[in-house]
This record gives sequence, C-alpha cells and structure tokens, in this order.
Amino acid sequence: MSKWIRVCPLEEIPRLGSRVVKTWKGDVAVFRNNSDEVFALRDKCPHKGGPLSQGIVFDRKVTCPLHGWNIQLDNGEAVAPDNGCTHRYRVRVDKGEVYLDLS
Amino acid sequence: MKKMKLVMVGNGMAGVRALEELLKLAPDLYDIIVFGTESYPNYNRIMLSLVLAGEQGIQDIILNNLDWYQQRGITLHLNKKVVRIDRSKKVVHAEDGTIAGYDRLLLATGSNPVILPIPGNELDGVIGYRDIQDTNAMIAAAEKYRHAVIIGGGLLGLEAANGLKLRGMDVTVVHLMPWLMERQIDSAAAGLLQKSLEAKGLKFLLEKQTAELIAGESGRVCAIKFKDGETIPADLVVMAVGIRPNAGLAEAAGIYCNRGIVVSDTMQTFDPSVYAVGECVSHRGVSYGLVAPLFDMAKVCANHLAHMGIARYQGSVTATKLKVTGIDLFSAGDFAGNEQTEDIVLHDTAGGVYKKLVLKDNKLAGAVMYGDTKDGTWYFQMIRDGKNIAEIRNHLLFGQPHLGNSGHQGQDSAAAMPDDMEVCGCNGVCKGTIVKAIKEKGLFTLNDVRKHTKASASCGSCTGLVEQILASTLGGAYMPTPVEKPVCACTDHTHAEVRKSIRERKLLTIPEVMRFMEWNTPDGCASCRPALNYYLISTWPHEAKDDPRSRHINERVHSNIQKLGDYSVVPRMWGGVTTPEQLRRIADVADKYQIPAMKVTGGQRIALAGIKKEDLPKVWGDLGMPSGYAYGKSLRSVKTCVGNAFCRFGTQDTLGMGIGLEKAFWGMWAPHKVKLGISGCPRNCSEAAIKDIGVIGVESGWEIYVAGNGGTKTEVAQFFAKVKTQEEVMEHAGAFLELYRQEGYYLERTAQWIQRVGMDYAKKRVVEDGSNRRALHRQLMKALEARKDPWEEFAVKGVEQQEFRMLEIVDEVSR
Repeated sequence: MSKWIRVCPLEEIPRLGSRVVKTWKGDVAVFRNNSDEVFALRDKCPHKGGPLSQGIVFDRKVTCPLHGWNIQLDNGEAVAPDNGCTHRYRVRVDKGEVYLDLS
Repeated sequence: MKKMKLVMVGNGMAGVRALEELLKLAPDLYDIIVFGTESYPNYNRIMLSLVLAGEQGIQDIILNNLDWYQQRGITLHLNKKVVRIDRSKKVVHAEDGTIAGYDRLLLATGSNPVILPIPGNELDGVIGYRDIQDTNAMIAAAEKYRHAVIIGGGLLGLEAANGLKLRGMDVTVVHLMPWLMERQIDSAAAGLLQKSLEAKGLKFLLEKQTAELIAGESGRVCAIKFKDGETIPADLVVMAVGIRPNAGLAEAAGIYCNRGIVVSDTMQTFDPSVYAVGECVSHRGVSYGLVAPLFDMAKVCANHLAHMGIARYQGSVTATKLKVTGIDLFSAGDFAGNEQTEDIVLHDTAGGVYKKLVLKDNKLAGAVMYGDTKDGTWYFQMIRDGKNIAEIRNHLLFGQPHLGNSGHQGQDSAAAMPDDMEVCGCNGVCKGTIVKAIKEKGLFTLNDVRKHTKASASCGSCTGLVEQILASTLGGAYMPTPVEKPVCACTDHTHAEVRKSIRERKLLTIPEVMRFMEWNTPDGCASCRPALNYYLISTWPHEAKDDPRSRHINERVHSNIQKLGDYSVVPRMWGGVTTPEQLRRIADVADKYQIPAMKVTGGQRIALAGIKKEDLPKVWGDLGMPSGYAYGKSLRSVKTCVGNAFCRFGTQDTLGMGIGLEKAFWGMWAPHKVKLGISGCPRNCSEAAIKDIGVIGVESGWEIYVAGNGGTKTEVAQFFAKVKTQEEVMEHAGAFLELYRQEGYYLERTAQWIQRVGMDYAKKRVVEDGSNRRALHRQLMKALEARKDPWEEFAVKGVEQQEFRMLEIVDEVSR
C-alpha cells in the first residue's frame, strides 16, 4: 500500500532546483528538472553525506555540492566510476501538486 | 530501426581505440564486425619490449579481452586476414572465405616492418619486430642460439637489443648512421646512451651497411656480411630499420594511397564510406608510428562515425621515451635545431646527464634529455602549447619549479616514489593506487586517472606528479593532455571558443550558448554551467541575467557550505579595519544563534561557522554588515598593514588605499577568487607578494605586483608597474582585473592566466597603453554599477525566501 502525501505545488520547486522536505524519515530532497520531471531522494550523498538538495541539477542527475559526486535522480545511484546509492522515494505530480510516498 | 554495419579491418590499438570512442558517443548506432590477423584480442604493442625483456607477460599487455568484445556485441574474427574489398558491393572478403557487408568501413591495418632488400633476407632466423609472434620467435631463439644482430639503432632496435641481451644472447646492433636514434636525439645524447648500453654488454657497429645475410648448413642464417667486407656471426637477425604503412589492401581496392592510405582531417579516405586510422594512414603527407597521434586520430574518426561531424585531426607533435629499464631518455619536437634556433645545454658526462632545449622565437621548439627526464612531460606540454618562455628562460633548463610543492615533501620524481606515498592529498590517493588503476583499467590520460582514482581531480596541485606517474607507467603510450581542453565532456569546444562565440554572437543565456555551440547534453553539467554563467555575465554585464541554478550553492546562498551541510558566513570588514560596535554585534549574533565556532580568517575578518541554512537571512539581518564574498569566484578580501598611520616603517596610507580598493571592487565576479594585499613598506606584512594584486608602498609612491598566489601552488607576484598616486593604483588594478575578467578561463587564477598569456601581454594592454587602461577600468566600473549586497537583498528585502525555507508535509491523503 502506497501512501501519497501532498508536499507542495510544483511551481514552488524551481526548475533545475530542489526543495528539502522534513519528514519523520529524515530530510528528503525533491528535485525538478528542466523537463518538469520530479524526483525524490534521501538528502544525503552516499559518499560523505552531503546535502544533495543543494547541488546543481542537470538532465536526470545532481552533483553533490561537497565533493562533486554525480547522483542519478531516477534511482539514487552514483554515476560511474563512483560507487554508492542513496535511497529513492516515489514521487508524482497530480494537477500541479507534488505527492511523495515515504513507504 | 535496423542498425548500420561497421566493419573494421585490423584489431590493433588505433582501431580499437576508435571503437571505444565511438561506443562512448553512439553505443547503438552500428553492428560492429572486426577482423584481426593475429590470434590475440587488442593488446598494447608498445609494451612488447617489456615482454621481450621478461618484465611482463602477454596477459599483462592485453588491453581489451574477449569479454570486452562480447559484452559490446562486437563480432570478432581472429586469425582472419581480409584479402579483398569490393567497394561497389560494399563487402570485404577474408582469406578463408568469410565475407562481411558494410555501410562504413574502417581500415586500421597498421604497418609492416621494412625488410631490407638484401640477399638472404628470407632465411630462417631473419625477422622483423612487430607483433607477439615476432616477440615469441625472439624469445625462442634466445633459448637456443647465441649471436643476435639487430639491424637498426632506432627506438625499436635498441629495445629489441636490450631484451635479447637480458635473455642471455650476445647482441650486436648495426646502424647505418653515425649515431644511435638519430631521428630522435642528437649525437651528444646518443653518445651517453651508447655508453650506458655498452655497460649493459651490448655491442655497436655504427656507419655499417649490411651487404648480405649468409646461410649456415641447416639453412638458417649464420652470419652477416657488410659492404666493407667484414663478417660477424649471427643466429638471429632482427630488422628494425623502420616501418611501412600497410596500405596494400586499400591500394588494391582502388583507394588513393601515397605510401599510406591518404586521409583528410576527418580521417576519411577518398571513398566517403571508408575511414582509416593508425599507422596505415598518410595524413598531410605524414605517417605516424607513435601511439599518441594514433589515439588522436581515433577520437576524430569516432566523432565522424557517430555522425557528430565536428572534430578535425590536424597532425601531432610527438615525443619519444625509450623503454629500457635503467635508462632515461626523452626527446620531443625539433631537437636538432637550425640557424634560426638557439640551444640551452647542460652536459655532465661523468654524471651521465644531458639536457638540450631548442628555442625558437622565445618558444620551446624541441628537447632532448638523457639521464634526468623527469621534466620531459612539462617541456613537451610547452612545445605543444607554443608557450612563450622568455620570462622563465634563465631557469627553464632546471625543470618545472615548485612541481606539486604542497604536501609532497618536495618529492618530484615519480619513478622513485614508493607505492604507499600519497600523491593526491585532497583525495588521499597513493601512487600504488594510481599505478594499479592505470595498469588494470588500461588508462592513458590524465582525465582517465582523475575519473577512476580522483587523483588530481580536486585542487590539481599534484597534476604534474600524476602526469609523471602516467608517463613512467606507460612509457611511450602516455598521451599528454591535449593543448586546449574542451570545457567539459558536454562539448568539444574550448573555453576560448565559447568566450569568443558569446562575444561575437552576443549570446545572452545559457540555453542560447548550448544551442549555438551544439552542446551534447540537454542542460550541461556542474562543470560547464557555472563557467557559461560567468562568461555571460562578465561579457554582457547588465544584459545577461545571472542564473542562480548554474551556481555552486556557496555562490547561490552567499555562504560557505560546511562538511555537515551547515554554513559559515564572513562579513566584510573593509581593509580589515573594524570597530568595537561591529565586534559587539558579531558577538551578539554568535550568542543569539548559538554559533558553534568563530575564527579569525587569513583575510583579516571574522568567520562565523556552523549556521543552519534557515537561520542565514536572520543572521545577516542582525549583523547588518555586507557579505565578505568569502565563498565566491570574486573579490575576496583586501589585506592591509597599518601603514604610516601607526607603523614606524610605514611609508604610505595603506589603510586608505586598501579600503579604497575594496570599496571600488567589492562584488566583482571573476574567473576565480581574487585577493589583494596592501603593504606600507617592502617588509610585506600583508603578504602582498603572494596576492593576485599586491600593492607595496615606497617613499616615492606605489609598486604594483600581480599574478601572485598563496594557494596550492605558491607563486610570487611579479612586478607590474610603479605609480605615484592612489588614483593611478586604482586605475591599474581595475584595468588588470577587467582584462583578467574578460580573457581568463573559468577557474583560472591570475597566476595561471598570466602564465598562459605572458606578463608582457598584460603590461602592453594595461601599463603601456594608457587609453586602453582607462577603457578597461571604465568597463569594470560600469559592470559594477548598481551592484547590490546579496545579504541585504536576502535579509532586508526578502528575495528568494523559499531558498531558505524547508517544506513540511502539509497533510496526509491516502489515495
């Protein structure tokens, strides 16, 4: 059973940017790319825990602001040759509102 | 959609590199079929001499194993020689009857050793030196026979001779010319080389021409006879007199050849569906036998096969290193020189060191080094870059100054470093890790090493060392970084090209630049976007709009992100001067927000560290001080001494000068950070000598120094101009900074920029040309008009509030 939780209107997340959502599971970074796709990751880089929400977003990737690891937004995996993975959450947009599934 | 068919004839280093590059660009464009005459997958031919010397096995030099081909769906025909190309039907025929149709054909047939047209050249025991089979034949001969003769005292011949000697044979090298390796080194270096090879037990016969090879009773070669009548015993004769492009197949198919297969700058032959790369080609009349140019060709060819259609191969400058253990020899460029060149020579016969640099028009044209070659890659880079060396001429011969000088204990000889010694302090990478990655993953370039090990990927101070490790691990296979690198992997264009287009085409937004310059990614990456953003706002101030999404978080929120994800802020203290009232406010803010750490910075200010992002606007509001830009590629601090206000040595009003400069230039974005220092006497209490601009007061006025750097690579600022008044200092400093802003590449400090363009150039534009200086200064002041303090914008005017606000979950709906 998935539980969709409303987060915010899509416009409140800047294009090629993100917002941080405080949840009972910790901080979740919700990203929006240039094609208005939305992704959600645990806001911790698999490398040294940097806040991915603060990174530069491009295509379907984000670059961690601490040491420049590139993380794929759609699965949380680090782009080779780096190795690691951060938790991905399901997220969707319905009628301009962003919903998150923390289950 | 049906894939196109790409057939490659030849399975060597150049061809397979072209496939690798192609698969990177267009993994699904072609079905690929490869024909190779040998029974091995692609191996590192350059390392054969180490196999012969017994230092490596064949497995060690395989670059792409059979799995590599299989995983990429490449059909590999080993032991199959293509004998005919039917261009009208677009089909190739192999000797055993295998046929393969193609849409594109790539010829990478390599070269053949030249076999001298002398009687006896077909005898048993007479071979060339080209592949694994030849190497095995030599190894087998060494077990049974005694006398080896190598014809040809070039690179290959000497490596073969050394290997056979190590395997216990009695080796004589016969050479037609008066000294060894005459195409790579001069007679002085060759003399030292010959001496140390003789010490290893090799024998040399110079200026000797071979007349015939004589058969023994068994029919195998037994002796070699020279034109002058002398005869010496020979059970194994290796011909290493040169290579000839293997163009026969192409020629028979009617493709235009001239010694090699003639190709254009796009690596295309005269038949537009047929490409060629490697030793088999003739490009602008030149055929190459070294690996670096072949890899350059491969890259260009792949670009065209992938339908990108923008790369051009324009020929290569080559460098040579001899791979004989215990002998260091390096040569590059025009080492011989002529009437228009000058030589700088160091010749230490007893110490076995020889270095010769050939200069032409204040540029390095060539280099030969023997005995101490650690600066070879550095010289080679300067030859390729055409760098003006006038200013470093007097110490040029002594090597790269300050190579990797921070954190390496002055260690500068890569080969001598132990494996557990740290090379990259930023990422904690040891030499052993780099060497292992180079060998196991088949890395060839600095970028490869950066990607796989992270060494030299951060501050870059160890780049020289990493390049040396590459060179010493790979020998001749090492490819120095190209002269002008593309901005990043998103484009093939260089920083210079991007800057030029932005200016000439008046491009105003990042998407415009990416469209016009055909970026190959949808919205760039974290490397190119900040660079483009800077180029736009510095070229078109007030017209191009700053893009916060293309800035690192530090510049976006005007604070420094810390390792735990919180921030530090450094308010500006003009000229490092403060008041009790300011200090009280800072103390109150630290108490109110429970700021965990405070620190006096090197730039004479106070940092407050460990602030939560949400608190930043409130902290700024309470501080009521402007941002110190301690996070930006921008003007940081102006460090001062107290000058004649209090100091008994002070000659000038340094505080007034420092505050004046800081108030004039604050908020100025630049290719990298910019630091100023103002001293009131030559004692340099404000470290003016290692600043981007250092201003030193003397009794008669001010001396201006520029392009110093106190960072990872310390550079002492160089004298720029001497002026009388504060206004003149402002004008010179502003013009110098504006020139740097307009022409520096992103992430290039003033020191590197000046190293690239030359101090003479900057002086010409700023010091000597008064009207240009005033124009540059005006342009900077115009660009800085109406600048706003970012902290005030955030804290008082409340812009971009959502950047600092975390979301909380609003309601919970089951769906």
